[in-house]
Amino acid sequence: MDTLENSLMADIASAGDEASIEAVRVAALGKKGSVSEMLKTLGAMSAEERQVKGPAINGLKNRVTEALTARKAELKDVAVTARLAAETVDVTLPVRQSPAERGRIHPISQVIDEIAAIFGDLGFAIAEGPDVECDYYNFTALNFPEGHPAREMHDTFFFQPDDKGERKLLRTHTSPVQIRTMEKQKPPIRIVIPGKTYRQDSDATHSPMFHQVEGLVIDKTANVANMKWVLEEFCKAFFEVPQVKMRFRPSFFPFTEPSLEVDIQCDRSRPGEVRFGEGTDWMEILGCGMVHPNVLRAGGLDPDEYQGFAWGMGIDRIAMLKYGMPDLRAFFDADVRWLSHYGFRPLDMPTLFGGLSA
Amino acid sequence: MKLTLSWLKDHLETDATLSDIVERLTSIGLEVEHVDDKASLKPFVIAKVLTAVQHPDADRLRVLTVDTGDGKAPVQVVCGAPNARAGLIGAFAAPGTYVPGIDVTLTVGKIRGVESHGMMCSERELELSDEHNGIIDLPADAPVGTSFAAYAHLDDPVIEINLTPNRPDATSIYGVARDLAASGLGRLKTAPVEAIKGKGETPVKVTIEAPELCPGFALRLVRGVKNGPSPKWLQQRLIAIGLRPISALVDITNYVTFDRGRPLHVFDAKKVAGNLVVRRAKDGEKVMALDGREYTLTPDMCAIADDNGVESIAGVMGGEHSGCDENTTDVLIESALWDPITTARTGRTLGIITDARYRFERGVDPEFMVPGVELATKLVLEFCGGEPTETEVVGYAGHTPKIVAFPLSEVKRLTGIEVPRAESLDILSRLGFKPQGSGEVVDVAVPSWRPDVAGKADLVEEVMRIHGVDNIAPQPLGAHDAVNSKILTTLQVRTRTAKRSLAVRGMMEAVTWSFIPARHAELFGGGQTALKLANPIAADMSDMRPSLLPGLMSAAQRNADKGIGDVALFEVSGTYEGDGPDQQRRVAAGVRRGTAKLDGSGRSWAGNSGSVGVFDAKADAIAALEACGAPVDRLQIEPGGPAWYHPGRSGTIKLGPKTVLGTFGEFHPKTLEALDVSGPICGFEVYIDAVPEPKAKPTKTKPKLELSAFQAVKRDFAFVVDKSVEAGTLVRAALAADKKLVSGVSVFDVFEGASLGTAKKSIAIEVSIQPVEKTLTDEDFEALAKRIVDNVGKQTGGVLRT
Repeated sequence: MDTLENSLMADIASAGDEASIEAVRVAALGKKGSVSEMLKTLGAMSAEERQVKGPAINGLKNRVTEALTARKAELKDVAVTARLAAETVDVTLPVRQSPAERGRIHPISQVIDEIAAIFGDLGFAIAEGPDVECDYYNFTALNFPEGHPAREMHDTFFFQPDDKGERKLLRTHTSPVQIRTMEKQKPPIRIVIPGKTYRQDSDATHSPMFHQVEGLVIDKTANVANMKWVLEEFCKAFFEVPQVKMRFRPSFFPFTEPSLEVDIQCDRSRPGEVRFGEGTDWMEILGCGMVHPNVLRAGGLDPDEYQGFAWGMGIDRIAMLKYGMPDLRAFFDADVRWLSHYGFRPLDMPTLFGGLSA
Repeated sequence: MKLTLSWLKDHLETDATLSDIVERLTSIGLEVEHVDDKASLKPFVIAKVLTAVQHPDADRLRVLTVDTGDGKAPVQVVCGAPNARAGLIGAFAAPGTYVPGIDVTLTVGKIRGVESHGMMCSERELELSDEHNGIIDLPADAPVGTSFAAYAHLDDPVIEINLTPNRPDATSIYGVARDLAASGLGRLKTAPVEAIKGKGETPVKVTIEAPELCPGFALRLVRGVKNGPSPKWLQQRLIAIGLRPISALVDITNYVTFDRGRPLHVFDAKKVAGNLVVRRAKDGEKVMALDGREYTLTPDMCAIADDNGVESIAGVMGGEHSGCDENTTDVLIESALWDPITTARTGRTLGIITDARYRFERGVDPEFMVPGVELATKLVLEFCGGEPTETEVVGYAGHTPKIVAFPLSEVKRLTGIEVPRAESLDILSRLGFKPQGSGEVVDVAVPSWRPDVAGKADLVEEVMRIHGVDNIAPQPLGAHDAVNSKILTTLQVRTRTAKRSLAVRGMMEAVTWSFIPARHAELFGGGQTALKLANPIAADMSDMRPSLLPGLMSAAQRNADKGIGDVALFEVSGTYEGDGPDQQRRVAAGVRRGTAKLDGSGRSWAGNSGSVGVFDAKADAIAALEACGAPVDRLQIEPGGPAWYHPGRSGTIKLGPKTVLGTFGEFHPKTLEALDVSGPICGFEVYIDAVPEPKAKPTKTKPKLELSAFQAVKRDFAFVVDKSVEAGTLVRAALAADKKLVSGVSVFDVFEGASLGTAKKSIAIEVSIQPVEKTLTDEDFEALAKRIVDNVGKQTGGVLRT
């Protein structure tokens, strides 16, 4: 029996694959197997003899079974290891970038979304209007008298006069939407108006097409003190700094009275970079004022009952200030290198709860 | 508007420093744009040449010893000026000094072997004039060792104000001083102008034929003048503010223009033929103006004419013929009032910008018309001598002040600050307003120099700017007392979503011009007259775009020309169908060029990207529409699109028979040629304003999810159909075969080959079947398959491929 066990164990150990181990199992434990045959002899034995041989043969069977199982598992591991080795690839090979990481949102769109996030929180709605305007909405209703030098300052693009001699124009500011909104909606009004505007002007900081955002608040109490608050809160939120220092200077716009221009304190000592909330430089950032009584009248409102304020600023300009683009003209070039560098990832959605910019 | 500090102090008695004045000017609305404190001239000192000997090695150079007055030993200076001589007193610059006229910072250097420790300067080197024939040669009593700039009165700081167009009163230094005094920064000290008695009538008479353009005209003759150079102090002031001194008479007009905001004109009386007429110019009438240019006038313009013709373009520029020169002995001084709008238009039409126009188009003080003549007469007599006639005043009806009813509570109402009644009234009085009355509403008479003030809001501004805008503390805008609701309109939401959805597809957002070349506009269905700019900034930016595609295609090509051929660009913006407010569309469009596909571009070990094509554009178009909430399962795709597309590789997306939601495809070769764009390139355009508004629903609850308990199965079918059969028709037929059981159909193979016949193709579809009531038996499947085959056969003529 010891000889048999030694022989079986040697067979098991030398079995190199699942088929040969199965052959060993059948030869030992199959119906006609050497161990099975031995077990069959137990029935013919005397009780005494069986008491001695029984455990011995069963012990042999158990040891052989165990050895078979263990060897099988070993062989399976070897097979898996071999397969894995065969399946190995070079994981340093590059994969394609996700399109969501490759795509870009233009800085103008991103900044408009930032503005919407801030003013949305202050209870403002977003209003829009057409680019092609008539003289009335762009000038007359906004208290630009005929022939006034302020009209000339706007460098307006005109279309050819129509049959009636009236000529349409490209709006020179987003302010016509103030009138269009007042015509449609009774106060209280709280709107911001982002959009395209056009002037016949072109250099590094002027472009014949540019973007403005206008704000308008009309109710029965809105005043200069409220306006200062709104604009300071906006600048803090937009430039994402805890403090800003702003300088409100009396100025002139036909559609506001009193009118103010606003400078923001900043540090421009680092080339190509502007820091707000620090430094000693002043930079003009927006114009604002109390809506002129004539504008309220043009909007169908009684200036003794209603009052309000308005402001306007360049979207392109505040984008340049915040994100550091040096030249406005590049905004409209669609150079993918510029878009890739200065643009925003599509999933970078400006929100107040997540921060305006990443 | 420029002024110097000393000139300001002619009118303003103040101890304030330059920086105080500058800060105050800005804070009261006279924004200081630039201050030149003349620091660059500070290093130059008056020095005396003690000896001057010939340079040993250079004929034209001299070696000087110079006493700079600092008590130390004289310094050695090499100098090339012909007038350098012992005893000369001039302006010396020590090493380390920046000399503006030669843009050099001096160092100790050797000139032809001789050391030079500084420089004796010419006027040009100090940028005082163009004089460079020799070094500055001062009188013998010039104090050696003191500042040259102070001695020569060149240290007067120059302040430049960026004046808003509503403030004619501040086009004069006197007016600026008045504002500063009102703000508490000093006392206005100028005495009123005294009239100068004349002798006899002015012989030249004035007739105003166009009173609507000229509400007043004052004229006076001064005989026997001598028109030499004006005094040095006056010349220096004019130079400091950027004017060129010409002669005493001309300099006087410029001086009064800046000092009082009162432009004047002087005629050489001997060159004036007969009397003067103020009239509209005749059409085509010509005048040679003082700038030496000839201008052609129109009846929209106002002219001053004599028997010879036009002598002056009223309010804008005088004529050369009757101008004053060194031979002038008799001078006519004109001080008139001109209609601001006419003056502005005339100047604009003729392209003339002058200090006179600048003031007349803003509106000069009518009450200073006559004092202007008197002041000018005083200066003429002082500088040129002569004898004046009586001042002749024509057409002036006098000034009736505007009265504004001013409720003092307006200040608080509009600004939020409480300014005490007394302070409000005091501010107005100091600015020259005359408030009357003791009630809550006072009548305020507006001074003649403030034509811009018309209503109570204007008075609020006056009180606010002098009281101080900085004194207004910000106050929160009344909070909306609930969580803010949606603030964007559907179209605004779609615009944002369309942008993000296209960017997520690897495209980059471009912002291109709203105006494009006319031939591009015409190519894309635009180019109508109503959308052509009359004054485009460039010839190729002339027409409002009918489509975003030409701009994007050109942009893609520009990138390709820079070596970046695989680009995917999109834009969501306006296009223009007409000039009405409702004819501006909101469009999302995109182009892909080269191999810029969704998954990436170019070559890769894992598989190269192929060329972009119609289906890339279609996928983009549908993605954008889907993001905007279009019902994608109900969209119909029709073959073909507008003329700019490839007719066999383009499609139109419709919703119902009438609503076109977009187009997509590859482009017609002629389009590419006309735009000078090379392929492969595809594009799409979807009208996100045409997508129907979602229906308002009473609840946000989503419909209940019904999940079938039975296993879904898939079956494949391949049909042989005519080549012209559209896959879309076949898919719809399969879907319609059993609307309950067939849950989806996808096309997994399209095959054309000789084995099928030339006019045939095979379309293979996978049909998803979702049993809903029971597990389907083999018989059920067979019956369903038959319905599918039958319906496809009926709709397309297709037969099962065997």
